[in-house]
Amino acid sequence: MRWTWFHRLASPPYLYALAARLTPWFAWPAALLILGGLYAGLVLAPPDYQQGEGFRIIYVHVPSAWMSLMVYVTMGVAAAVGLIWRMKIAHAVAASCAPIGASFTVVALVTGALYGKPMWGTWWEWDPRLTSELILLFLYLGFMGLRAGFDDTQRADRSGALLAIVGMVNVPIIHYSVIWWNSLHQAPSVMRFGKPAMPPAMLVPLLVLLLGFTLFFAAVLLVRVRAEILQRERATRWIGETLRA
Amino acid sequence: MTPRQRRLGLVIGIVVGVSIAGALALSAFRNNVTFFFDPSQVVAGQVPAGERFRLGGMVTKGSVQRAPGSLELHFVVTDFAHDVPVSYSGVLPDLFREGAGVVAQGRLRSDGTFVADEVLAKHDEKYMPPAVAKSLKRRHGEARSEPGS
Repeated sequence: MRWTWFHRLASPPYLYALAARLTPWFAWPAALLILGGLYAGLVLAPPDYQQGEGFRIIYVHVPSAWMSLMVYVTMGVAAAVGLIWRMKIAHAVAASCAPIGASFTVVALVTGALYGKPMWGTWWEWDPRLTSELILLFLYLGFMGLRAGFDDTQRADRSGALLAIVGMVNVPIIHYSVIWWNSLHQAPSVMRFGKPAMPPAMLVPLLVLLLGFTLFFAAVLLVRVRAEILQRERATRWIGETLRA
Repeated sequence: MTPRQRRLGLVIGIVVGVSIAGALALSAFRNNVTFFFDPSQVVAGQVPAGERFRLGGMVTKGSVQRAPGSLELHFVVTDFAHDVPVSYSGVLPDLFREGAGVVAQGRLRSDGTFVADEVLAKHDEKYMPPAVAKSLKRRHGEARSEPGS
């Protein structure tokens, strides 16, 4: 197998230029998909037979919650790659993921509270799903705090990576919490065995938004990785040459 | 073994170790992690005696009885194996209905009635437009009961 493409990614000048070229290819489709998906979900989709119009909050809640997990997996894998292959760029990717993932987690928790009050009758309960998602937020914040506690980037990278990898066990716990334990939160409607538990008119906007949110994450990650590279390589010659050019 | 393989082993070791520790801790605290007990657990006496706990299950169809002129309400929570009668006085969430999920918090009285001071609705993962629900109802001929109010 040829790994040259992978090793080239480890070169900061190469990745810096590549990220700049790729960003619009993710950002524009993300903007179109999110706008189209929101219109389809909030206006075109039919109301739910029980929850009425209020169910439409899932079009923001579900993609955010999904991204909060996916960003964590990305962060954990990048941290493991950085630790095993001593790849600084992978640590830069992991560090760039954390604020994005924390933001998605906050959105998921806040929209969940707004959804919970009218439907369940409560803003917050110490339910397995809700609690494990809150722990996810603390893992993101802990990761950012731990990194910020080190002046030396290399030590920040390694300590942060260990925390990110340890926190990975929380990801399946969040997903399966509604199946393993009695929970107030309903079971998954889309990620389940058999057909999704909603008709295409409701499901398609949700899938469009999932894709849109994913591309949005990729675009923001690319921008943040460039900023992280600038910060880390600020003393090198190529940065000076690139910025002057 | 190269240093890289050693680091790979270390990372795998951490993930496996933390997973085992997490699984052991969660299974040891099973009763604390679970959000509610179902009627079978209540009937089998697995709930903490004399303490507040949550009871969850389905509201049995046709079991909701209101005392006229008050907020007092009686209904039966079932998991289709065992039933627990519940009495409650207070405001209900909009999604509280017969045949749908419910989670009530309160204490078990000595006569076996669960006296709730808080009732939450648990809806299922199925979403559908009202027209589809109506035609399903017609085809199955079984009434999904109307909202409790």
